[in-house]
Amino acid sequence: MRLVNIRPGRQTRFYLLALPFLLVAIAYFAGSSARLAQNPNDKLLPALPSMVQAVKQMAFEVDPRTGSYLMASDTVASLGRLGSALAISTVAALVLGIVIGLLPGANALLGPFVSVTSMVPPLALLPILFIVMGLGENSKIALIVIGTLPCMVRDLAMKVQELPREQIVKAQTLGASTWQIALRVAMPQTLPRLIDVLRLQLGPAWLFLIAAEAIASDSGLGYRIFLVRRYLAMDVIIPYVAWITLLAFLIDVGLRVLQRKAFPWFASVRAE
Amino acid sequence: MSAIRFDDVWKEYGDHIVLERITMEVEPRAFIALVGPSGCGKTTLLRMLLGEEQPTRGQILVDGKPLPGEPDADRGVVFQRYSVFPHLTVLQNVMLGRELRDARFTGRLFGAARRAAADDAMSLLAEVGLAGQESKYPSALSGGMQQRLALAQAIMRGPKILLLDEPFGALDPGIRADIHVLMKRLWNETHLTVVMVTHDLSEAFGLATRVIALERSRNRPEERERYGATVSRDLEIFPRRSAEPRAIVQSAPAGTTRSGKEHQPGRPGALVLKEQP
Repeated sequence: MRLVNIRPGRQTRFYLLALPFLLVAIAYFAGSSARLAQNPNDKLLPALPSMVQAVKQMAFEVDPRTGSYLMASDTVASLGRLGSALAISTVAALVLGIVIGLLPGANALLGPFVSVTSMVPPLALLPILFIVMGLGENSKIALIVIGTLPCMVRDLAMKVQELPREQIVKAQTLGASTWQIALRVAMPQTLPRLIDVLRLQLGPAWLFLIAAEAIASDSGLGYRIFLVRRYLAMDVIIPYVAWITLLAFLIDVGLRVLQRKAFPWFASVRAE
Repeated sequence: MSAIRFDDVWKEYGDHIVLERITMEVEPRAFIALVGPSGCGKTTLLRMLLGEEQPTRGQILVDGKPLPGEPDADRGVVFQRYSVFPHLTVLQNVMLGRELRDARFTGRLFGAARRAAADDAMSLLAEVGLAGQESKYPSALSGGMQQRLALAQAIMRGPKILLLDEPFGALDPGIRADIHVLMKRLWNETHLTVVMVTHDLSEAFGLATRVIALERSRNRPEERERYGATVSRDLEIFPRRSAEPRAIVQSAPAGTTRSGKEHQPGRPGALVLKEQP
């Protein structure tokens, strides 16, 4: 049978899914125990117990200096920045995307501008942001917004333009004004697509968050990783990276579930 | 119920002449079928009537007034595809026209106004044979049902002219026959002037009061660009058909439909009491 026709069953699928994760874990712990056998003080590939110990200390013991649970406060700080930045990006992208996608005039005015700004490397703007807005929260949030917004606007405007022309005409024959077309035809159909666009931008958003926190911050997951890097504290860094990955994954899953539950009609539209 | 007049209408795209010398009168309550070979400009003509395209020369008059330059609620339309909104349920699709008319800012009705609109929409849905389907999304409906829904949606808004762009072209023959029955009934019961583009000659002659064929007078390759299609045949159906206004659909008493009538989805012919031959 040809490979293209072989479909794994439910159980096989589960094993296949687990396999790469398992291989990475095996490779890591094999390497770790080999290095530790040579040098028990090796810090590069810490063993599981020392990572558990580090997590216990970071997550479940009050830090004597700040009086808080470090991992929790780092997570809250990071998610707060990420959340507020993505909220700004999402709302702005929704409005701008619909305006640009629906109005040919707005497209002529803003389309090329958005295309150009989406090419600006956001990290190159970080120094400017720090100079202009200071080292506080605003500059970090601004970086994430600048990094994600132009792409989201561009993608979303394209999705709006992909709505069948017939629908826009049909709405007009039902007496809809431009505002009503935006409100009752374009926006409801854009929302599920907005979730797709947002999911695609989650990766860059985390990138900019960690980068901003690494350079100038006093809290946050990225800040902590870059802080303990000075002590080669891989036993903290690795669990932190795993935690960030888990958070990003859960947000992605949450958005997917939201899309399915809130827009039950969308699956069949996308299948077309 | 509107008269349409084409006054020496031409449509050109750059050097390419698509339609030329279209002059005709369409009397109120007519059911016009536009036929002709592919690429002869039937759909272009319909889109000009819709206001989506403007004539290059000449003008189109509706009830003596020039056609507005964009689509409006006077002219309803059913396309072959994408006529209904996938994000709205069947009921919401039909109610949309009323909501857009009565709620200029929010585009939504609430409370008593909403219930009244929903009742009207439900009776209209029953008329087109979609009772019991009202909470489904269009993607869950068959092609024929989607076109019934599109008809109901267009009629709910009460247009004067209904434009149909190969509305039944993608349907199976059996389904198509059913929907023809429905189409005839709707035309009789409302005050519509209907213009339908179709490939199907039997459909054209079976439904219309008048069949208009568009054709290029010259079709040699070197002439094709410079000579557009024009009206080559204008056939009135004999014996003459005319609309027999009965109860208007919108005024069907509310509340009689939800559970009142037995009906088979997709076969509303069962609903028709008196269908003329």
